[in-house]
Amino acid sequence: MALRHFGAAAAIAFTVGLSASPASAATEIQWWHAMTGANNDVIVKLATDFNASQSDYKVIPTYKGNYPDTMNAGIAAFRAGNAPHIMQVFEVGTATMMAATGAVKPVYKLMTEAGEKFDPKIYLPAITGYYSTSKGEMLSFPFNSSSTVMWVNLDELKKANVEIPKTWPETFEAAKKLKAAGHDTCGFSGSWVTWVNLEQLSAWHNVPLASKANGLDGFDTVLEFNGPLQVKHLETLVELQKTKTYDYAGRTNTGEGRFTSGECPIYLTSSAFFGNVKAQAKFAFTAVPMPYYPDVKGAPQNSIIGGASLWVMGGKSAEEYKGVAKFLTFLSDTDRQVYIHKASGYLPITKAAYAKAKEEGFYKDQPYLETPLLELTNKEPTENSRGLRLGNMVQLRDVWSEEIEQALAGKKTAKQALDAAVERGNTMLRQFEKTAVK
Amino acid sequence: MQKQAIFQSRLLPYALVAPQLAIVLIFFYWPALQAVVQSFLLQDAFGLSTTFVWFENYIDLFKDAAYFEAIVRTFLFSFAIAVSSLSFALLLAVMADKPLRGSMLYRTLLIWPYAVAPPVVGVLWIFMLHPSLGVLSRYLRNMGIDWNPLLDGDQAAALIILAAAWKQISYNFLFFLAGLQAIPKSVFEAAAIDGARPMRRFWTVTFPLLSPTIFFLLVVNIVYAFFDTFGIIDTMTRGGPGTSTVTLVYKVYSDGLLGGNLGSSAAQSVILMVMVIVLTGIQFRFVERKVTY
Repeated sequence: MALRHFGAAAAIAFTVGLSASPASAATEIQWWHAMTGANNDVIVKLATDFNASQSDYKVIPTYKGNYPDTMNAGIAAFRAGNAPHIMQVFEVGTATMMAATGAVKPVYKLMTEAGEKFDPKIYLPAITGYYSTSKGEMLSFPFNSSSTVMWVNLDELKKANVEIPKTWPETFEAAKKLKAAGHDTCGFSGSWVTWVNLEQLSAWHNVPLASKANGLDGFDTVLEFNGPLQVKHLETLVELQKTKTYDYAGRTNTGEGRFTSGECPIYLTSSAFFGNVKAQAKFAFTAVPMPYYPDVKGAPQNSIIGGASLWVMGGKSAEEYKGVAKFLTFLSDTDRQVYIHKASGYLPITKAAYAKAKEEGFYKDQPYLETPLLELTNKEPTENSRGLRLGNMVQLRDVWSEEIEQALAGKKTAKQALDAAVERGNTMLRQFEKTAVK
Repeated sequence: MQKQAIFQSRLLPYALVAPQLAIVLIFFYWPALQAVVQSFLLQDAFGLSTTFVWFENYIDLFKDAAYFEAIVRTFLFSFAIAVSSLSFALLLAVMADKPLRGSMLYRTLLIWPYAVAPPVVGVLWIFMLHPSLGVLSRYLRNMGIDWNPLLDGDQAAALIILAAAWKQISYNFLFFLAGLQAIPKSVFEAAAIDGARPMRRFWTVTFPLLSPTIFFLLVVNIVYAFFDTFGIIDTMTRGGPGTSTVTLVYKVYSDGLLGGNLGSSAAQSVILMVMVIVLTGIQFRFVERKVTY
């Protein structure tokens, strides 16, 4: 009996299912991403809104784990012949994706072929530059962008009678005073040790991280970050680590709780940290531009971005590409960009959206949300500050971190550590050059 | 002869083992073969360009000082994990073997940690020993120990060994308990009548009779330390600080998946495979000989 009921129910469900499906099936567009929490909600809303706005295409977002997981899932899927249409890849994966000619469809090509209106000039060059060729052709579509800022615990600074520092020497002094005022385990710290202390530091002071415009002009780039500025900076950090005036907080962003808990009153990390700070910090806070060394000529220059972009994968049909192109146009809409900016704390990617957010008075109450934009647009980007394009970047960062850790632990001098980081990194870059598709 | 007579058809036994064979072939031999093939290739992450390079990946590895460091480190880790986990488990097993009130409860509790997945073990220990979050690190600081595994490589290594050994204690405990209970009581009684004290009875009677179990567990623990500590390392230290917790398995992962260097990663897997084959070979030979004494 039970079985017969089940059969009947299944038959009904089947007919209902059939009649409910739309007359003409929409072309499905798979979108793999790495966003969780509130940012995942933003992604789902964008897809839902797009699907509701037309009936020819259906964007299906799928969460695939953290950034490296998502990228590896996409690569494995490509090898197996069923890659998604759109894949969110973090900025350090850019060189790997770019080298994979044939595996990806450059955005500028996609837009022309699909006959979609596309003007690269409407985007903020500080953001799209990272994902474009040296000729300015957009390879991937910037989705969520951020930059390094200095988060400051205003209550603790006030208590210790410390002004918000602007330069690195001022920051070191402030940290010493904060330590004396009770922050004896951490005067200041930061996440993503290589991003903040090598990549951003170099761009912010207009010195090269690597040759060939930091790799943008070719895979035969050579690392050059063992110069006097970076060595001096690391030397100071090593010195301050001894007294915990600076206290290392790990390679990724796992140490960020030390700012929100009040332990570290000054903390350098991504502007995208905003969501957590807002939710957890029980004190007045702000975010200011990264400090700089006043004795370096022309500093500060401009910062570079972090975050991720959307890559369109290769080998799909023209009809599917048309849908992808329409979706990218949909994302570029000014109001939509303003929505993404406000909901996620990530930066708007078009000039119009930035202007509109400003016009609406969005930055009046929360000036720290404009900080990363001010940093990115501080000056016209140079060869050293347009972006980075280094192969094997994920592992490069690990190798650099390893060497910085050795210096901070006192096992190597700052100079020895950075020399080793450059040497080991160059070996990896040559390995990447060998496998990269010419 | 007798065994053959059980089956009427000659094909039936093959048909019966076929599903198992298929599983082994598809899920073990096929990927292993692919790893061997891949180890001779130089290929980008997407598989778009492939060059056959003979033994270049292996030669590069043996020229790499970091690889030798990882080998030495892996052996040191394995040894430390096996010894600490085995000795602690043996101590617990000897104590739990006594007729105690509620001994079943103790035994069950001692077996529990085995059910915890390695990454969860990592997270548990992070909560206890993270320099700024950890409960235990606060006590260590108060005791005047500058506990900072984020920068101190030896402390990070100790942390990994501790967490990995802790997880394996349950498994070892089970086998030791079974081994202890298999020793006939009459042997102890005879020793006791001869006037041997408990400590002497342990070292001259229990320990030698347990030696097959100990050897078996030693091999199992070394294999465990070689491979299953990956989850713990990945959640706790990600190989750092410096390279002080990069083991062979972690290197396979970081070179292959993070670095996109599939050829080298495959070559490392093949070397690891050879090591395990050797270990298993030793175990079979030794255990077989021991069993028949």
